[in-house]
Amino acid sequence: MKTAVIVFPGSNCDRDIAVALRDVSGTAPTMVWHADTALPDGVGLIALPGGFSYGDYLRSGAIGARSPIMAAVTAAAERGVAVLGICNGFQILTEAGLLPGALMRNAGLDFVCRDVPLTVENAQSAFTSRYGAGERIVIPVAHHDGNYAADEATLDWLEGEGRVAFRYATSVNGSARNIAGILNAAGNVLGLMPHPERRIETAAHGGNDGRRMFEGLFELVA
Amino acid sequence: MKLRIFVTLKPGVLDPQGRAIHKALGGLGFAGVNDVRAGKLIELDVADDVSDAQIDAMCRKLLANTVIENYRVERA
Repeated sequence: MKTAVIVFPGSNCDRDIAVALRDVSGTAPTMVWHADTALPDGVGLIALPGGFSYGDYLRSGAIGARSPIMAAVTAAAERGVAVLGICNGFQILTEAGLLPGALMRNAGLDFVCRDVPLTVENAQSAFTSRYGAGERIVIPVAHHDGNYAADEATLDWLEGEGRVAFRYATSVNGSARNIAGILNAAGNVLGLMPHPERRIETAAHGGNDGRRMFEGLFELVA
Repeated sequence: MKLRIFVTLKPGVLDPQGRAIHKALGGLGFAGVNDVRAGKLIELDVADDVSDAQIDAMCRKLLANTVIENYRVERA
């Protein structure tokens, strides 16, 4: 499967996700500059990496979400191509309207950078099929604006449709209902604040709980 | 034409920055501050033929995130 990583000015996890995709699939992704307007033909997975696109100006992800490439990303998402937004990538997906809600400044105002335990809430998506429902995994977070916010009706709707993919086991940033990651209605777009690409191999990362997300993707999104 | 766009968090949305400012004011000894909400002021200089509808679209599409923020346009 062909994969692509979108690189924004200020992305800083683009190489980490590229290494993770290459390690798990054996094929390096195509790095696509944000000012481009086309994705590689036949791309099956698009990753929006972590970082600080446009220096988080205006709001985290706000300018990145209006980048030229995002029209192609939105069109691909509508065709069913898997789109994975990690950290700043999640912020961009909400700002682009591909996922509901918004990511606000952490409730404690502090930048949180540590390993956090997560609960897998939905183990049936293309991203989470290698996990068990209710399984506890450990993935690092590193963010200032990870406080997920949406109105109560939206939160109830997400929960009712099983679109909360991951939840923090304990409060990390003040997120509504401890939400760490959500899916779109079709299940082909996932945004999450934790960094699975930083937990790929135990020797280097101290764990490999992130690896199964990519293994699942490459198996299902052939 | 000069515009001032005020972007504020919707009522009920937690404002951790406002809360921190509130606490710091208390720490400086200022009593009687009931609440603090922090927002943004964005100044635009636009051509005279830019319509109200276009200005409103700028606010909705980029300047404010209407999931969490309200906006108000003031003509200088």
